[in-house]
Amino acid sequence: MGETYSYYPGCTSHSTAIEYIEASKAVMDSLGIELKELDDWCCCGAASAHNLSSSLALGLSSFNVGEAHKAGADLVIPCAGCYGNLAQANYVMRNDEEERQRLEKQLDFTYNANVKMLSLVDLLAREELRPAIKELVKKPLKGLKVVCYYGCAIVRPAAITGVDDTENPLRIDTMMADLGAEVIDWSCKVDCCGGDLGLTDAEKTSELVNKIIDYAVAAEADCLVTSCALCEANIDIRQQRLPILYFTEMMAEAFQVGDRSRWWKKHFNDPSKLF
Amino acid sequence: MAENLLQKVVAESKQPINHCYQCRKCSVGCPMIDEFDFPPNMVMRMVQLGMKDELLKSKAIWMCISCETCGTRCPNEIRIAPIMDSLRAQCIDEGVVPADPVTVALHTAFIESIKTFGRVHEATMLMSYKWKSKNFTSDLDVGLKLFLRGKIPLLPKKSKNMAKIKEIFKESGK
Repeated sequence: MGETYSYYPGCTSHSTAIEYIEASKAVMDSLGIELKELDDWCCCGAASAHNLSSSLALGLSSFNVGEAHKAGADLVIPCAGCYGNLAQANYVMRNDEEERQRLEKQLDFTYNANVKMLSLVDLLAREELRPAIKELVKKPLKGLKVVCYYGCAIVRPAAITGVDDTENPLRIDTMMADLGAEVIDWSCKVDCCGGDLGLTDAEKTSELVNKIIDYAVAAEADCLVTSCALCEANIDIRQQRLPILYFTEMMAEAFQVGDRSRWWKKHFNDPSKLF
Repeated sequence: MAENLLQKVVAESKQPINHCYQCRKCSVGCPMIDEFDFPPNMVMRMVQLGMKDELLKSKAIWMCISCETCGTRCPNEIRIAPIMDSLRAQCIDEGVVPADPVTVALHTAFIESIKTFGRVHEATMLMSYKWKSKNFTSDLDVGLKLFLRGKIPLLPKKSKNMAKIKEIFKESGK
């Protein structure tokens, strides 16, 4: 494809989401997509900054958005939480001229209306990539029943994410079907898994996770596929009924690329028996 | 007083709170509703009426996890998540004892980690959170399992421009 993008790793790229990042990079190598890490980046503030101070949240996210505007290419953000925060900051810059000028001055960058914030789903589940993806499939995921789980941050709010159907998004579903999997329609695609509560209220988080898994199991899914690093960790850790996979791990399995057996060992529910 | 709270929350959240006509769609879809002392639709009415003390002392403002389900479904396009952000910040800034100090302990430990490294270093952040919340035993097994899977790095990684990050903290008063 020969496409080049800026890349914001986010804190989980070195910790809980290591296999997500490795799988995503392996898949992008296959597709000829090049990522250039931002010259400098900081934590987006996750849920904690905006819980305590909106201006801190906007400042931290804008630090990174500003770096992307300096680099001049669209910014790819694999973590759904980081994506939500950076897309929100870019939205503020696009719609609030006074704030934009203040941020440009404070963070020493010039706003570039062409620079977009992209989730990994925005990048990889594009209509025009479908032929290339189908062509790269070496081992179709035949017979594998999957439910696709989108969670919150890459979907809501629509004004920021640009998602056209916030109750029934289909982009990961379409991709999994292209990889040969049997995609099951189900009810909990955009439910919140309570990931932000994981460290403060394990009981409530387990309740939210178990509802999602109950529905996935009732739909007779073999596994749940997601693009959110916090959802993956949260849902994988808090139940023993279903393997949870990143959508780029599914792509890598279908493409037969990357160090997959090592990634499977990083999961709490072993996905190796699926393949 | 009533007007002060409403004006402040509208200014900070940029949401048309006065458009709320109590259809309760927000509360029907809220995944956290069982934990709220006041459901989201009631929070909207309390902001309109300026019930500041009750709101800042409420559990509801800390139980909202900003999933944005309510805002996405609101027929008046009111996003409640930024409204909760405004109320939470007022609770902390005005020295009100938060109804859920454990959540505040986590967020405080988290932003302190960013202030130190520019990024979050899970191991030291979790220790600081455990210390602040005096909750030393919960989820230790999960932490150990994550560590054994190579998911909790020992050494922190820093942003380059720490001076600018400290400036962002200073400007926000944190």
